[in-house]
Amino acid sequence: MKALLVGVMAATLSVPAMAQKKYDTGANDKEIKIGNTNPYSGPASAYGQIGKAIAAYFKMVNDQGGVNGRKINFVSYDDSYSPPKTVEMARKLVEQDQVLFLFQTLGTPSNTAIHKYMNTMKVPQLNVATGATKWNDPKNFKWTMGWQPNYQTEGRIYAKHIMATKPNAKVGILYQNDDYGKDYLKGMEDGFGAQASKYIVAKVSYEVSDPTVDSQVVQLQASGADTFFNVTTPKFAAQAIRKAYDIGWKPVHYLNNVSISVGSVLTPAGLDKSVGLITAAYLKEPTDARWANDKGLEPFRNFMKTYLPDANIADNFNIYGYTVGATVVAALKQCGDDLTRENVMRQSASLKNLRLETLLPGITITTTPDDYAPIEAVQLQRFNGKQWELFGDVMTSH
Amino acid sequence: MSKRTLIALLILAIVACALPFIVSNYRTFQLTLVLVYAIALLGLNILTGYNGQISLGHGAFYALGAYCTAILMDRFGVPYWATIPVAGAVCLVVGFLFGLPALRLEGLYLALATFALGVATPQLLKYHLLEKWTGGVQGIVITKPAPPFGLPLNPDQWLYFFTLAIAAVMFILGYNLIRGRIGRALIAIRDQHIAAEAMGIHNALYKSLAFGVSAMFTGVAGALGAVAVQFVAPDSFNIFLSIVFLVGIVVGGLASISGALYGALFIQFIPNIADEISKAAPWAIFGVFMIGFVYLMPTGVAGAVRLITRRKAP
Amino acid sequence: MDALLHQVLAGLATGGIYASLALALVMIYQATHLVNFAQGEMAMFTTYIGWSLIQAGMPYWPAFFLTVGIAFLLGVLIERVIIRPVEQAPVLAVVVVFIALLLILNSVTGWIYTYTIKTFPSPFPTQPLFGNRYLSSHELGAIGITLVVLFLLYAFFRFTPLGLAMRAAAQNPESSRLVGIRVGWMLALGWGLAAAVGSVAGMMVAPIVYLDPNMMGGVLLYAFAAALVGGIDNPMGAVVGGFVVGVLENVLGAFVIGNELKLSVALVIIIGVLLVRPSGFFGRTQVTRV
Repeated sequence: MKALLVGVMAATLSVPAMAQKKYDTGANDKEIKIGNTNPYSGPASAYGQIGKAIAAYFKMVNDQGGVNGRKINFVSYDDSYSPPKTVEMARKLVEQDQVLFLFQTLGTPSNTAIHKYMNTMKVPQLNVATGATKWNDPKNFKWTMGWQPNYQTEGRIYAKHIMATKPNAKVGILYQNDDYGKDYLKGMEDGFGAQASKYIVAKVSYEVSDPTVDSQVVQLQASGADTFFNVTTPKFAAQAIRKAYDIGWKPVHYLNNVSISVGSVLTPAGLDKSVGLITAAYLKEPTDARWANDKGLEPFRNFMKTYLPDANIADNFNIYGYTVGATVVAALKQCGDDLTRENVMRQSASLKNLRLETLLPGITITTTPDDYAPIEAVQLQRFNGKQWELFGDVMTSH
Repeated sequence: MSKRTLIALLILAIVACALPFIVSNYRTFQLTLVLVYAIALLGLNILTGYNGQISLGHGAFYALGAYCTAILMDRFGVPYWATIPVAGAVCLVVGFLFGLPALRLEGLYLALATFALGVATPQLLKYHLLEKWTGGVQGIVITKPAPPFGLPLNPDQWLYFFTLAIAAVMFILGYNLIRGRIGRALIAIRDQHIAAEAMGIHNALYKSLAFGVSAMFTGVAGALGAVAVQFVAPDSFNIFLSIVFLVGIVVGGLASISGALYGALFIQFIPNIADEISKAAPWAIFGVFMIGFVYLMPTGVAGAVRLITRRKAP
Repeated sequence: MDALLHQVLAGLATGGIYASLALALVMIYQATHLVNFAQGEMAMFTTYIGWSLIQAGMPYWPAFFLTVGIAFLLGVLIERVIIRPVEQAPVLAVVVVFIALLLILNSVTGWIYTYTIKTFPSPFPTQPLFGNRYLSSHELGAIGITLVVLFLLYAFFRFTPLGLAMRAAAQNPESSRLVGIRVGWMLALGWGLAAAVGSVAGMMVAPIVYLDPNMMGGVLLYAFAAALVGGIDNPMGAVVGGFVVGVLENVLGAFVIGNELKLSVALVIIIGVLLVRPSGFFGRTQVTRV
């Protein structure tokens, strides 16, 4: 009898624990179907480059064997940055195309429109492409997660820096009149706290449809501001940088992270006119001379040459798409053979110090079930006329 | 109405009622949007097709209706069905008021004024003094209504039938308007406004009324659209929306009630098809479709249908 | 006071942008009695062609004139191939075709050239005139070029037989045919000229605002307003209108209502002006025969 028991036990124990393959709709042995919406048309179509970069990145991953042997099927639809269209396309992806999860849907209003839907349907709304703060709310919206350092954090960091280095500063802010601009504005105001009205002497807005921001820059100079917080997208950033120089206004100039590309913003503005710009960054900037021989960027450069030969490497959106793509691939690799939506969310919320070489040194990606902000660290850098020079320590939002 | 038209309408009604049970929820949602756009286009057609006043800013009235509903539902807890007539009434008044200065403007100049209205709408919605009501750039999220009386429908199907019912009412209203004295007056003003005035038609009153009624239709559509999408934000109502409405009535058929439905199908589904064809330049494909439709059917789909059916008649 | 002067001068610079596109709009209207919504995108597209030529190594002025020539041919081509077939269609159908053109040009340009901004060179010196810090030499030069184009157009329509023929063809196609004017070719010529004027506008505007596919999008409303407020059939009115709109927009935005309501104010101004002078300030009042 004892021998039988031992034998049975031995037999049971010697069978290797078979990893259970678990799938939700959108995943199987061969593929992982990922859905996305991006503005490929309309006034925000510049951001559509992110979708193209991500698609190219997934293609590269597939060519290299896929994720745990499965190919990524990336389905991306155009929503023209119009929330009703985003709702329609998100429903199509979830209900008709049966994707496993949505990834990097772009735009704050677009994501707000599908926020409740995604959480009701229990489909991950992963690594949304917006810097708004509200995506870090695992208690109420456990299926939604952001990725990039949020705008308010960045605004707060600049405010703290101003208070520390220039206590008598008079700050003028130029911001785009939409959620992106207003989020940065709020961040800076919150950063100043009770002293906001003492520091901020002028807040001037512009619309994406405005031809130039020259008038706004002139207004800021006239307000007596000696510190300039520049919350503009690339085209307007270049205009503002150049105009400030041309009218002889030399403020301490903080530039938001969206427009820091040396190749596509500072060079058109004029490298000599961009000396002294301060920004908080988390990604390496490929056209910056300091990374010209960086080994860590080689895979990215090869990727651009092979998979996006017609795209502009100076366009931030490409390295952004590459890096966020790498993030979700890391999470998916962690999922192993358990490709349920629940597990995708769980693994995305369990990234520990993930280091990607396209991020600035010292910055890693960490998430926990209570902390849905993958990247919270940024580092300040100053432009010296040729490249961005990092200074200070890596800062986090807390 | 001829017997053939009545039969066609009956078939349409049967199909419309059966569809939500045949197709997926997602398609039902799309069809609800088609109905919404049809009402909006009918409104624009009353003004531009039948009365000849070009409006490149009807997105503004759509937005007004949508925000009426959103604000009433979110800030004041008004049930969704009660907000629809309010949205319509508000837009009727605002449209009429806008129609008054518009009286002095003809053709191109009116187009410019309405174009400016369309362009200014998102900025107005974002205005910080109104933020308390409009939610500013963040917009307003609306809860999805549930089917009442415990009907065995899911929310998408219920919403579809609710929208269908209102669409039917609006279309009957529109039809009676156009066929009646008011409609004839509007058409007379469009074609020969001096003769119309000479014949005793009070041009100013009718033209402003046309604006008001047209805005009301589009406002009701906006309200229904807000409930269907469950979200309003300033960026949903930019100038492109107004332009797409104009494209819709031209492609569907100016001065035609059925044209509103054809146009709605066009503006809802063709952009999706364009997206499938080319991700690199979806608007370009959409533009090519537009040109194609206008070349093949200069009087719109409704005009082409009329030609075909007339040819078939003995 | 200095701030006001600065805004006024900045307004003249942006006004120059509006004026140049408004000229192209007036041009097309005088030739065809239609307002071309795609005018801005055509200007933008031809400017990209100029950019490509300069990137390929061509010096500025040869590239400039070659671009103007290409734009002219493009305009003629568009009229013959795209607009001709719908000539008999209702006016709004033609407007839809213009809108389609706008979408196609915008989308295709974004696809070919991407959305990264490009610098477009300026033929004017980089140093501002007298070292002033209000207007760059290019902005002054652009205003100058706009005025030159205006003068050339005015002279063309007023003093040349061809200009007269074009105006006649637009105003009264039937009678024009009776006196032997080739109306079809007059229309094509009108489109060609408008496209050429547009390309000049684009090449003057691009150094100020940077070249990108959405460069002309925001300008269209203001150019449209400038053209109509100045009188749609009057090139000088369009230019004056452009400067007025530019200055008003800047001054009101900076001192009166803030930038958040600039567009709404533009709307109110447009309606206000048109209520008082329905044909615009310099337009001829339309007399319709009963």
